[in-house]
Amino acid sequence: MAKSTSGLSRKRMGEMYRTMLRIRRFEETADDMYMAGKVVGGVHVSIGQEACSAGVCAALREDDAVLTTHRGHGHSIAKGTRLPEMLAELMGKVTGLCRSKGGSMHIADVSKGHYGAHSIVGANMPMAAGIGLAYQLEGKDRVAVVFFGDGASNNGAFHEAMNLCAIWKLPVVFFCENNQYAVSVPAEYSTSVDDISVRSKGYDAPGLTVDGMDVAAVYEASREAVAHARRGLGPSLVEAKTYRFFGHSRGDPHYGMYRTKEEWEGWKGRDPLIVCEKMLKMTAKQKKAHADAVETEIREAIEFAENSPEPEESVALEDIFA
Amino acid sequence: MRTISYSAAINEALHEEMERDEKVFLMGEDVALSAISPATAGLGDRFGHERVRNTPISELGFTGAAVGAAMAGYRPVLDMRRIDFMMLAIDPIANQAAKLRYMLGGQVSVPLVIRAPEGGYSQNGPTHSQCLEAWFIQVPGLRVIVPSDPADVKGLLKSAIREDNPVLFVEYRALYSLEGPVPEGDHTEPIGKAAVKREGADITLIGIGSQARGCLEAAELLAGEGVDAEVVDPRTINPLDVEGLAASVRKTGRCVVAEEGHKSGGVGAEIAASVQEAAFNSLKAPISRVAALDVPVPVHTKLEAIVLPSTEKIVAAAKKALS
Repeated sequence: MAKSTSGLSRKRMGEMYRTMLRIRRFEETADDMYMAGKVVGGVHVSIGQEACSAGVCAALREDDAVLTTHRGHGHSIAKGTRLPEMLAELMGKVTGLCRSKGGSMHIADVSKGHYGAHSIVGANMPMAAGIGLAYQLEGKDRVAVVFFGDGASNNGAFHEAMNLCAIWKLPVVFFCENNQYAVSVPAEYSTSVDDISVRSKGYDAPGLTVDGMDVAAVYEASREAVAHARRGLGPSLVEAKTYRFFGHSRGDPHYGMYRTKEEWEGWKGRDPLIVCEKMLKMTAKQKKAHADAVETEIREAIEFAENSPEPEESVALEDIFA
Repeated sequence: MRTISYSAAINEALHEEMERDEKVFLMGEDVALSAISPATAGLGDRFGHERVRNTPISELGFTGAAVGAAMAGYRPVLDMRRIDFMMLAIDPIANQAAKLRYMLGGQVSVPLVIRAPEGGYSQNGPTHSQCLEAWFIQVPGLRVIVPSDPADVKGLLKSAIREDNPVLFVEYRALYSLEGPVPEGDHTEPIGKAAVKREGADITLIGIGSQARGCLEAAELLAGEGVDAEVVDPRTINPLDVEGLAASVRKTGRCVVAEEGHKSGGVGAEIAASVQEAAFNSLKAPISRVAALDVPVPVHTKLEAIVLPSTEKIVAAAKKALS
């Protein structure tokens, strides 16, 4: 498994830390709102997996695309999605990114190159291939990244999309967050290989497994995969070994149902925020500066979402056809 | 007016729209080689194999890719070869293409045309003869077009390609060699308008796709027996021009709906329900349906004829409605 070599600047590392903290605090807030009955629909948080979102998106340009999953808040935030409109979407407000019709599982901010969270597992991969095809046809060096999980890597859409990208040399990075479980089913049961990245060999594409709790390692692998795509050399498959500290949703506990307390504690000890703080040898003062800045953003998002109106009834009948 | 075939009309529409808009591209299995299908012949030579792109046998993959390309500003046209193969690609059509604009609060549009040739009368059996348009009128956000003659297939395909929404464009294989008049030049037809294909006063025969032909033939036979039948073709079934259909039924008071798909839960059922809601007081007899029987379509010619609708079955239904 690739570890970071850490030739990264403190500035870059600091930015990624900030992004991870922003994701963490947004999702803690979303969870609080959910428990307070203020969220419409469900929420799947990615707490524990923030290094993946932050590391990948730090390797992208603003005009690159991402597509994500039902567990997509982190990718959305890392790609620049606006927090107030995102929280408003979760809370069923008409000012939400999807006008309260998509909810947490369909967050999108196309103006930021975020082509959506897609809640049907695997469905985003063929669409990412199509966005890559559009970029190739227009002759620009833009790249699409598709995030998916260990579960989706067993879906036929993964194979078909990888194959299309490989034969047409499409500028797509397949980024697999292997958080070890598809809801309750362990990857070691459902998946034919230990390292999902080896499946890239079937498509004659580069594959690499990285430590998904180490944001620098994720960034370095992503930078390489994105550069490969930008040069017109086709897709790569990057797998990050990671872990969600929460259940699949609020319907299952953090541990004790299909994950043991020991396993959970082992991963919790490798919290990507703490790993990054150690790498940066961050002082208490520096940590507080990051925390204060993020709290301001979160407060503004809450204020915006709380004060936004619910949709008028007419909204139910809008946006069906262009 | 000049006369060309249904498949030549499709071919013309594709040539003209690809010429007109460089964002239009064609993708599917075996589309690049001219000899494979008259509908796509010559396109690969004219526009190159980037824009007339063969795909692997990968319906889920290339349909999802078309949705992505459409979101990113292109106007893909897919060739499904047969609607039966499209069953492997329902997720990107029904869960993605049709819902993305709504689900994302209007942030994207999905200008995608899925050409889906379908139907029987060709001894191709249960998995190569189906008519599945009824499945897709259950999917809000998807236009569904069912053209029955060369002029409509050309005009509606051109309109579909210019439409900013996903379109399921059904083509009837039984009609591919049908010849008919098609205006020269940039001929388009409006999406959402039924057309009266033959005027009459005694009974309305509503025919979908291949069965619009069946209805016209039935009307000829009925004319020989002194019955003046009107034939109306809905042409699009999402949106369905209920008023256009009901207007004819208000005039005649009687109605038969014919389709090549199965009877239960079919397009005919939807049309019969909608027309009776709109024109109940004008009806002198129950609306009757002619459709494929609710069994798979068998290979053997004799058995296939039992299962699929026919001109004779439409005539018999019309006589019953008139008795």
